[in-house]
Amino acid sequence: MSTVTTISDTSAAFLTHFEANAGSLFGETNLRRKAAEAFAAQGIPTRRTEDYRYLNLELLLKKSFGFRTELMRIPTSDDVAKLALVENAIVLVIVNGVFVPQLSSVDNLLAGLKINTIADAVVTDQTCAAHYAKYANVNSDPFIALNTMLASGGVFIHVAKNAVIDRPVHILHIADNEVASVFQPRHLVVAETGAQIAVIESFESIGPVKSFTNALIEVAVSENAVLDHYRIQAEGPAGHLLSTVQGSCAKGSLYNTYTFSLGGAWVRNNVNKVMAQAGAEAHLYGLYLLNGSQVCDNHTIVDHAQPNCLSNELYKGVIDGKATAVFNGKIFVRPDAQKTNAYQTNKNVLLSDDASVNTKPQLEIYADDVKCSHGTSTGRIDEDALFYLRTRGIGQESARRLLIHAFAEEVVDKIKIESLRIFVEERITAFLG
Amino acid sequence: MISIKNLHASVEGKEILRGLNLEVKAGEVHAIMGPNGSGKSTLASVLAGREAYEVTAGEIKFNGKDLLGLSPEDRAREGLFLAFQYPVEIPGVSNINFLKTAISEIRTYRGLPPIEPKEFLAMVKEKQKLVELDGKLANRSVNEGFSGGEKKRNEIFQMAMLEPTLGILDETDSGLDIDALRIVANGVNKLRSAQRAFIVVTHYQRLLDYIVPDYVHVLYNGQIVKSGTKELALELEEKGYDWIKSELGEKAGV
Repeated sequence: MSTVTTISDTSAAFLTHFEANAGSLFGETNLRRKAAEAFAAQGIPTRRTEDYRYLNLELLLKKSFGFRTELMRIPTSDDVAKLALVENAIVLVIVNGVFVPQLSSVDNLLAGLKINTIADAVVTDQTCAAHYAKYANVNSDPFIALNTMLASGGVFIHVAKNAVIDRPVHILHIADNEVASVFQPRHLVVAETGAQIAVIESFESIGPVKSFTNALIEVAVSENAVLDHYRIQAEGPAGHLLSTVQGSCAKGSLYNTYTFSLGGAWVRNNVNKVMAQAGAEAHLYGLYLLNGSQVCDNHTIVDHAQPNCLSNELYKGVIDGKATAVFNGKIFVRPDAQKTNAYQTNKNVLLSDDASVNTKPQLEIYADDVKCSHGTSTGRIDEDALFYLRTRGIGQESARRLLIHAFAEEVVDKIKIESLRIFVEERITAFLG
Repeated sequence: MISIKNLHASVEGKEILRGLNLEVKAGEVHAIMGPNGSGKSTLASVLAGREAYEVTAGEIKFNGKDLLGLSPEDRAREGLFLAFQYPVEIPGVSNINFLKTAISEIRTYRGLPPIEPKEFLAMVKEKQKLVELDGKLANRSVNEGFSGGEKKRNEIFQMAMLEPTLGILDETDSGLDIDALRIVANGVNKLRSAQRAFIVVTHYQRLLDYIVPDYVHVLYNGQIVKSGTKELALELEEKGYDWIKSELGEKAGV
């Protein structure tokens, strides 16, 4: 096949690894084979690939990333306690892409909440099997294909019909290895009709060894269900994270994502939501704070497939040093999706001459009775506001901090979990020095 | 209080103030009047320390200190307050948080202990009344979505909270209807004291019916060309600024 002959060494290495290990990976081998074909057809994106043009993935992955996911050292419960974000959360710990039961709080679960490893559930749980890999299309993105091909583990979270879970579930990802490795955690959340839950995903790295995490979470929000999905990306300078969220929103449901990119050498977010049935509502919030040579690339797709849905997107960024931010927001309004309301805003503040932002709204509207808007702005700190604050006796540095904090506040304000909001506030304060 | 000698200032290379002299003592209210473009707002901006304004000559002593050597924040901490002609909207920063930060930094500068939260809130409550500012506005973001009148009242509220020794009002009357003007002027009058001075910059005499000045100065072409008492403002109102221009012309012609 011509696709195979043109494939890069890096892409070939992933496929070879798959062939050698296909028998020992969980779930249906057929599904993984199809993903491998889709991956072979797409390959690791290059800088000529439009959707990945700001990330030099070939170069990054060529540099001796292995596939060792076995645990060299299991983080201690102290490590985990330090990385806990929220009081009273059910914490599920994923180290190097693999679920670690002894560090997780899976006993004593609440009525209506079921948690299992994805490897088990995809075989033993019919609901899991029915939803698994149904939303993330291996032909739409090479990293969806790669994850589906090589997924190493993760969790299945199921919220029963009308169950309201009042404790957040926290999926804590830790990258901690002695050789540079690629990790591919895979999760599935199914909230049944009328269910309600908050899921927090956090991403951390320990130590100086490079990691590349290709995380994928599928989220099915059934009729009238409410799901708040927080993502705290706080890896160290050796962490590289590509995180895909594939959500499906049923009739009358509400699915909110809150993405806070606060660390890591680089972060790529693909947040995709399909408004699959009429009357669904989705909010996408994002805040990125970048410094040094960090790169943060946010790609979002909101696909209005059905009428009477509302989507609202607000992403804000503060970029210092030589950091680069990318925002690409696609909104599709399909011919059937009349009475769609879709809004999108991206605002950036640049704190240095070497910081940069590439922002691109992309709206494709095929219905005629819709309300859609988008807006972007990129600028410096408002000098007039800075002067105004200084004339009231507030020093230049604290005035600057006050203004940036206020800029970020619009997104931080959306966090409904108090202790999580305080955590993000503290990270902003630390970022501002 | 403040002594301005031979002040020259330019913006983008264009000289606006050309040898301005002014002496203001504690307890006094000085009005600066003048036609558009005479340099009134430039004077206010230079006093507050706006960076775009370059002082090319002259000196300003504020309570014995070299004002021009101080940053805008240090000028405020030394007791200078500028009420802006166009107050800036700052989304996300609550009025209260902003004032708390300002008062805390001013007190630190002066070596005073931090203000007690209870004392601060009592002060907010008391000073709001001064300009009939709704309590809800105090909790909103600084000036965001405020009407023109609310913004000006908020300026005077801030001044009342920060208790400066010198208040500079930059065209505080512009854009105000008569009711708002009366409220703002009332607020200022209540802040008048033997220890505090005001410089009231205005184009119109109207404001001076409510804030009665001790002295009136006419600024023209970057200099104070005429000084007098409150009657001078009335005369200007009656005769217009052309009267000053022609009088100066006659002088020049002699």
